[in-house]
Amino acid sequence: MCRIGSIKSKVPVQPSKALHLMLPQQEGHDNSGFAMVMQDLYGIFSNYKDKPLLSLACTQRGEQLVADYMDAHNFVRLAEWIPIPDKRPGLDIKAMPYYIFRNYDYPEDAAFMSKEEKENLLLDTRLALRKILDEAGEGYVYSFWPDVLTLKEIGDPRDIATYFHLWDDNGCLCAKSIVAQCRQNTNYDIVRYAAHPFFLQGYTLCANGENTFYTKNKEFQKSLHRGYIGFESDSQCFLNTLHYVHHELKWPLIYYKHVITPLPFEEIADREDKDTLIAIRQSLANLEINGPNTIIGVLPTQEMITCCDSKKLRPVVVGRTDDMVAISSEVCGLNEIMPDRDQTKDIYPNEREIVVIDNNLEVQRWKQ
Amino acid sequence: METVRTQDVGVNDLNWKIEYDPLRCTMCGSCVASCSFKAIHVEMQRVDKTVSVDNQPNPVKRHEARPVIKQVASLTDYCRGCGICEKVCPNNAIRPVRNPDSRQTLLSKDHGPIKRGGRTNINAQRALDSIVVGRISQMTDPSLDAARHTFDIRSPFGRVLSAKELPFKIVDGKLVPAGHTPPVHWIYPLIFSDMSIGALSTRAWEAVALAVGYLNEKCGLPVRMSSGEGGMPVKLLESEYLKYFIIQIASGHFGWNRIIKAMPHMVTDPAGILIKIGQGAKPGDGGLLQSAKVAEHVQAIRGVPKATLASPPNHQGLYSIEESVQKMHLSMNAAFGFRVPVAIKCAASATSVSVYNNLLRDPYKICGGFFIDGIQGGTGAANEVSLDHTGHPVVSKIRDCYLAAVKQGLQGQIPLYGGGGIGMTGNAAADAFKMMCLGANGVFCGKVLIQLLGCIGNEQGRCNSCNTGKCPMGICTQDPRLVKRLDIDRGAQKIVDYVLAFDNELKKLMAPIGNSSLPIGRSDALVSTDKAIADRLGIQYVC
Repeated sequence: MCRIGSIKSKVPVQPSKALHLMLPQQEGHDNSGFAMVMQDLYGIFSNYKDKPLLSLACTQRGEQLVADYMDAHNFVRLAEWIPIPDKRPGLDIKAMPYYIFRNYDYPEDAAFMSKEEKENLLLDTRLALRKILDEAGEGYVYSFWPDVLTLKEIGDPRDIATYFHLWDDNGCLCAKSIVAQCRQNTNYDIVRYAAHPFFLQGYTLCANGENTFYTKNKEFQKSLHRGYIGFESDSQCFLNTLHYVHHELKWPLIYYKHVITPLPFEEIADREDKDTLIAIRQSLANLEINGPNTIIGVLPTQEMITCCDSKKLRPVVVGRTDDMVAISSEVCGLNEIMPDRDQTKDIYPNEREIVVIDNNLEVQRWKQ
Repeated sequence: METVRTQDVGVNDLNWKIEYDPLRCTMCGSCVASCSFKAIHVEMQRVDKTVSVDNQPNPVKRHEARPVIKQVASLTDYCRGCGICEKVCPNNAIRPVRNPDSRQTLLSKDHGPIKRGGRTNINAQRALDSIVVGRISQMTDPSLDAARHTFDIRSPFGRVLSAKELPFKIVDGKLVPAGHTPPVHWIYPLIFSDMSIGALSTRAWEAVALAVGYLNEKCGLPVRMSSGEGGMPVKLLESEYLKYFIIQIASGHFGWNRIIKAMPHMVTDPAGILIKIGQGAKPGDGGLLQSAKVAEHVQAIRGVPKATLASPPNHQGLYSIEESVQKMHLSMNAAFGFRVPVAIKCAASATSVSVYNNLLRDPYKICGGFFIDGIQGGTGAANEVSLDHTGHPVVSKIRDCYLAAVKQGLQGQIPLYGGGGIGMTGNAAADAFKMMCLGANGVFCGKVLIQLLGCIGNEQGRCNSCNTGKCPMGICTQDPRLVKRLDIDRGAQKIVDYVLAFDNELKKLMAPIGNSSLPIGRSDALVSTDKAIADRLGIQYVC
């Protein structure tokens, strides 16, 4: 079983905080990797919050391919951070040659684009870069979005952190929102893209568990949106559905829960909004999930959410202080990073809830 | 001595031979009385018998004439192997035995093609039996507990729109329906298939209907039953229970006179309308009810004289799929105010995917279900050549149709129901589960129901006499003496018990793969021990 965790904070936190959240839970995962998505960035990226940030792991040749593409498409390079790794011997990491985090300015004609057109431009650019790098076998592009940084690597999370100087807390990388996970895919091949969290057009998601409706989810999602690709992990389906329901259909967030874990028909029959719920259930039957799982997600508005499968077969707990809310598979992670919190206020979401943490760190519990 | 003619029919030319033991026979006559086919009769026979009646052995040879049971050597009144003689014999003196030397099929065409009921006796292969549920949840995710967890065993019947087509508006952060959507009912994924009053005896039809009522009212399982093309009792049409019935319309329109007359008096809508285009047992051939079965009550319900009733192979005036949608679907939808789903049933065919594609692309979005009936479906009457030599297996067809929809992102919009051989080997739940994993939303079955009522027909040529009006079990006959053999309540109970077991067995299959909803399209849950089948269906080959 995997472990997942996230932090949403009023003051920017550094990745080591996320590592401290995750490492006490290590018995539950195999320490085979580390992946995180940071949003609402501070530190060295604080001056470019509105400019798309490219997160890239690649070879030198891959970097060249990316640069060529971006130049050809009139993206203007603004700033860049290439971590200088700590290559001390003995570290358990299968590192790529280069990690590049680069801010771009939009092409000139983007000035006349609507928000939606810009979003599509960023997505299409990422997809094009991914295709180029895949075909050449020269690297991975994880996200290309303003104020979002993604790092994924294979190895022991502690060593990965050492490699990237994440233990140093040097103020370079800071964010008010971090979603993290410390394991590589176990069900399918180990592919860097398969490591949670996943990112798509402002939506971040990681999941702990198994989606036994993976095949039917995948078969349906493939035709729903060009951004729903890869499917290296069954958990990507959760992200695609979140994106589809909230971004494409523009339905209120609560209906995400109704789509992935619909109420039983008998319960729907007793509801006032049964016509709506039954219509959703039948039209999006192929997006229902089954199996045990817990989800942590971040919306484009930076709100953080968590919810579980319909039988609550995977654990999750939300802990909070005045300045920070953290979500964790196990409470030991919370105890590590917020030992002084009031534990009686910890929330163990049930199978019919979505817990939403807004930007004021107000925690709302929505019953399905 | 008269010379025997080679063209004379002997009992050894027939499919079944009667094995009779005169020493066990008590001459009660039950077997002769109960044989509805008149395949046996009583004959006087001269026998030599040695008996000893004294206290000491004193054998005496006697020549005497005594009655015996003999099989009739006839191509019209022949033994069908039904075994009713064996069933009634108090002393195990008689039983039919399969005759491997039979020449019956060859010889029986003096009066035209052979007609019979039942299923195909040649293409009874079972793809489903080489498929097993092979993806078991264990350490990656826990299995569910079939006894403890809840399961949502419901399937859609009706046209499902894509999410983008749903007419929602957002009011106070909530989605509110703002427009008409096609009717969709969530029903039990096992539909009782269309067997008409006429094909079935009134008692048999009533027993099936009674089971449906019980399953709905007492067991909470929304099982639906198709009327078959033969109308329905007016009292039922005008009752609350109509909601459990799918009214069938086929090319003969039998029974629709009464249905239309009953419409103003209906207190509820039917569960659906099923337009029958074709039938798996005899694709491209119409319905057939031979005059022997057109009894007075059948004449009354259907509004016809006593005659052989043939539904044409095609609906009159139907030239294309577009017309099917525009004329038939639209008119049936309109007839019930667009409140009742209208589905269509076709025989599985090499062209099924084209038909399904057309229905999926229909701009009116009024086709509420596509029923595909495979070659192993049963029938009350057909030409044997159709039964044995025409048709198409349903398993790969369901898969093809599902994948055709997947390719277009339209899966689930027109629910797929597969039938024809479901439950052939006794376990309909396993068959249904596998069909659903391959893409069916549910299954329909008919033969298994009448087998539960007592039908002993099988795919090895046993009985298959549904067309004759002489059904020894009182199921496919209108002869009041035969019909009386069927106990309605016990028959209904048998069906109810079977469906309750079906429900439990379905859970027993859903739980190990960790699904609380039906695994429609979960082909990853299946594996096959047959490479060709695995490749054809796109599932894992295992050995």
